[in-house]
Amino acid sequence: MKIAVSAQGSTPDSQVDPRCGRCAWFVVYDTESGEFGSIDNSASVNASSGAGVQMASRVTEAGVDRVVTGQCGPKATRGLEGAGIEIVTGATGTVRSALGLDD
Amino acid sequence: MGSPLRVAVASGKGGTGKTTVATGLALLLAERGVRTSYLDCDVEEPNGRFFLRPEISETAGVFVTTPVIDADRCTNCGRCCEVCRFNALAHLPDRILIFQELCHACGACALLCPEGAITEEPRRLGAIHRGITVRHALGGEAYEVSFLEGCLDVGEAHAVPVIRALRRQLPEDGVIIFDSPPGASCPVVETVRGADLVVLVTEPTPFGLSDLEQAIGVVRAVADEAVVVVNRAGMTEEGDVAAGELCAREGLSVLATIPEDRQVAACSARGEAPVLAAEGYAARLAPLVELIRERVAA
Repeated sequence: MKIAVSAQGSTPDSQVDPRCGRCAWFVVYDTESGEFGSIDNSASVNASSGAGVQMASRVTEAGVDRVVTGQCGPKATRGLEGAGIEIVTGATGTVRSALGLDD
Repeated sequence: MGSPLRVAVASGKGGTGKTTVATGLALLLAERGVRTSYLDCDVEEPNGRFFLRPEISETAGVFVTTPVIDADRCTNCGRCCEVCRFNALAHLPDRILIFQELCHACGACALLCPEGAITEEPRRLGAIHRGITVRHALGGEAYEVSFLEGCLDVGEAHAVPVIRALRRQLPEDGVIIFDSPPGASCPVVETVRGADLVVLVTEPTPFGLSDLEQAIGVVRAVADEAVVVVNRAGMTEEGDVAAGELCAREGLSVLATIPEDRQVAACSARGEAPVLAAEGYAARLAPLVELIRERVAA
């Protein structure tokens, strides 16, 4: 399963970005291989409208199954749920700790 | 027949008294025999009608087009999502998801869909109400104001198409008072553009003056001339001084100064126009009314 965590940077040690549509990066963790990757979401950071919609297309394209974030706006939620992606909110700290991979 | 004189009342900050001044000007001009129309362009919360109390005779819906996808023809290539600069379409694994509230009806998706799978259908955004206000002067003579109001439907985000629809219904002579929305973005531009005169209503507070500066920038770009009304004056000395300084710096005349007065708030709360019910209010607007009358006559 691929889990994408909204983040301020592109690595597992980056801080979680509480915003889902307008985060700069998603750090993607593949639970099967244990490998990390990333999705560049910078085009949505300053989008004048529809940041969440654009993000949903991008995350869908990367084949993500679950998104972990702080909060998820209404349009981002509709887009992600429409794509069958599970949304988990309330994450804080680093990407690694949000995934429960701390030690 | 000449063209009408277009007077827009704007402010930047909300709640400075735009509608009070705009409806007041409309009533005073009509009472003095000028053919006057009032246009409520604050379509997100039009409230000029509470002061003018018009009798509404006509209502028409305002529609924009929105894309509809034929699922049988769509190959889910995602081209529509790429070309939408408003991000109103999401490309999901099995289909395209449309976010109508983000759509600006530009038509790019329908035009550029390689399968011809997108058609555009009308979607209602709001309505326009037309009517007339009839009042009686102290001597008993009747005078009237033509009333036009745009009203955005609840939950809709785009005010501009409704304001544009209002602008297609302009009378051909007399004075038109455009009551602008607050702010300094697209709906204000759509209201103020092409105005012969913009009346900027401000309040002498840090918020009021900061937003006034932004509004001045917009007005300079899209209209001919601006003057200022300082409303709720006398709350603080520094505020009054700062308002005067800003106007002097910007080269704008202050044509009316209306003091902070509990009576005005009481009138508004009762839905009575302060120009008719608050002592001394009409006299404060007299220089502005005279300026507009001169321009119409010219």
